[in-house]
Amino acid sequence: MAIFLNENSKVIVQGMTGAEGTKHTKRMLASGTNIVGGVNPRKAGEKVDFDGTVLPVFGTVKEAMEATGANVTVIFVPPAFSKAAVVEAIDAEIELAVVITEGIPVHDTAYFWAHAVATGHKTRIIGPNCPGIISPGKSNAGIIPANIAGSGKIGLVSKSGTLTYQMMHELRDFGFSTAIGIGGDPIIGTTHIDALEAFEADPETTAIVMIGEIGGDAEERAAAYIKENVTKPVVGYVAGFTAPEGKTMGHAGAIVSGSAGTAQAKKEALEAAGVKVGKTPSETADLMREIMQGL
Amino acid sequence: MDLYEYQAKDLFAAHGVPVLPGDVATNPADAKAIAAKFGQAVVVKAQVKTGGRGKAGGVKLASTPEETEEKATAILGLDIKGHIVHRVLVTPASDIAEEYYFSFLLDRANRTFLAMASVEGGMDIEEVAATKPEALAKIAIDAIKGVDVAKATEIADAANFPAEVKDQVVDTIVKLWETFVSEDATLVEVNPLVRDPQGKIVALDGKVTLDENADFRHPAHAELVDKAAENPLEAKAKEKGLNYVKLDGEVGIIGNGAGLVMSTLDVVAYAGEQYGVKPANFLDIGGGASAEVMANGLDVILGDEAVRSVFVNVFGGITACDAVANGIVKALEILGDSATKPLVVRLDGNNVEEGRAILAEANHPLVTVVDTMDNAAAKAAELAAAGV
Repeated sequence: MAIFLNENSKVIVQGMTGAEGTKHTKRMLASGTNIVGGVNPRKAGEKVDFDGTVLPVFGTVKEAMEATGANVTVIFVPPAFSKAAVVEAIDAEIELAVVITEGIPVHDTAYFWAHAVATGHKTRIIGPNCPGIISPGKSNAGIIPANIAGSGKIGLVSKSGTLTYQMMHELRDFGFSTAIGIGGDPIIGTTHIDALEAFEADPETTAIVMIGEIGGDAEERAAAYIKENVTKPVVGYVAGFTAPEGKTMGHAGAIVSGSAGTAQAKKEALEAAGVKVGKTPSETADLMREIMQGL
Repeated sequence: MDLYEYQAKDLFAAHGVPVLPGDVATNPADAKAIAAKFGQAVVVKAQVKTGGRGKAGGVKLASTPEETEEKATAILGLDIKGHIVHRVLVTPASDIAEEYYFSFLLDRANRTFLAMASVEGGMDIEEVAATKPEALAKIAIDAIKGVDVAKATEIADAANFPAEVKDQVVDTIVKLWETFVSEDATLVEVNPLVRDPQGKIVALDGKVTLDENADFRHPAHAELVDKAAENPLEAKAKEKGLNYVKLDGEVGIIGNGAGLVMSTLDVVAYAGEQYGVKPANFLDIGGGASAEVMANGLDVILGDEAVRSVFVNVFGGITACDAVANGIVKALEILGDSATKPLVVRLDGNNVEEGRAILAEANHPLVTVVDTMDNAAAKAAELAAAGV
């Protein structure tokens, strides 16, 4: 099963011929992802050889979908062109758009999100500013290294890319149904709650790790959701206890504003919802290990 | 990036939002000259990027140019919540009939924008929201449709603006929206928005936060950066394209990925409790930890005199650990004798064995390799305490 991405996913890459797109298309192919083509209006009709896999380039997402049956797009286009790329993916009604690009102006993200809402949510958006999603052994859409951990029964959702890798590494002896990095921007498509809902419904997932960080109140809202709707065990981690007020910590959305968005408030909200919260990534992994061994 | 009040008002004026005239002075004599030019009573306002200026004595009325000079002398150099006042805005004093509140901001939870308006302005809006939530109208804005006259009227009505100023308020709201969108702001706030005794609406104060991700389409925004007020280490890091935040501890931190670095700060803070040491900085060198980036990062951190030890915490993903280890070795070569503080390195992930082997082979006297993040943090804290 896994969530959002599985062995039947047919993936295209918007920005496949750029430097980042080329590098990661190779990596995704090497990890077994069924990539069926790329999109670049200036190179439509060309073919690109990725270490022996020859992929067609299409002028639009719609043409790529019609020709290949693609249902997932991974977007690597530069920030200035990302809004148009995501709007194009939404208009083509592709099922899943994974937006890797970092540095997209928040007005542009608000615009394409509003467009997704206005057109009836035909496309699930993951990101922007995220590492993507991996269902180990099935498919990998984004930049998460495929060799950290194999398939298993833990579901992982995280705002941070490297903490996703760290947690997959810590729990590699158990493996993952799906690991999803939802991104560190102030406005993102798929939220912790969306992933929790999908993991709860996924028969292959037995327990969930949720990683948050300072800024906004997504973790608090996820805590409320868990209390009402999630029966599977959830372990949490929140980064940024020592972050000073008013400073952006790397991610555009990682900022404590006044007394809002602190790690302490998020931890308390999660604990009040019955989520065990680790003080460090390794303690969090230990909490999950205990749960997995008890199941 | 947060703007100073005078910068915010310049943007407002450029988009047709009514503001009072005013000029900025960096010394009392200039403040006096500005007051003389206006030829009337003025207000001298500290320009700092924090709230509560009035309570801190940063806003004063002056009836003559001489008094303006005195007030400016008192305000310049003030420390307001850790922000030193380097400039004052001198602006004609105006009578106020009523004070209102207005803002456009990002609504992260609803993934859109929000207008907030109240006819009870002038005070801390968070206090109004907490004590009298019914007095604060919150209207969601569709990011595609934006704010036209009809939407602005809806907002003005929801906040119960008086009929005699409604047309002016609606016009001001539309212009503030234009400012918000065309400048790629994440916050535009007017507190207070005032009605003067003649019935005219004026933005008496202004707060604007700009989205730095949109800098590529706003070359003019570069001029709004106050280079003199930046921390010199933060400025140096920015020049080198590094994501660095100065903190007030002793353990320098380098890591890859914002989440992992935030987490590293926390783990070091816990480990440092028993030694009385804390993290000295946030520094994310991103995915491709090349030798040059590593050398730049170490250079910035070692430039911080408070640093006693450095913790390099890297999870090898796209850039494998052997490349990172080579980066560290070459960075130490590049830095040579200027690298003087002990380095604790924790590598994990892709090609970790090769990476650790490279560091073992190099056998640099400053470098200690530790297997786990927790143990490495403890070692870095211990070394920092020993070096104090």
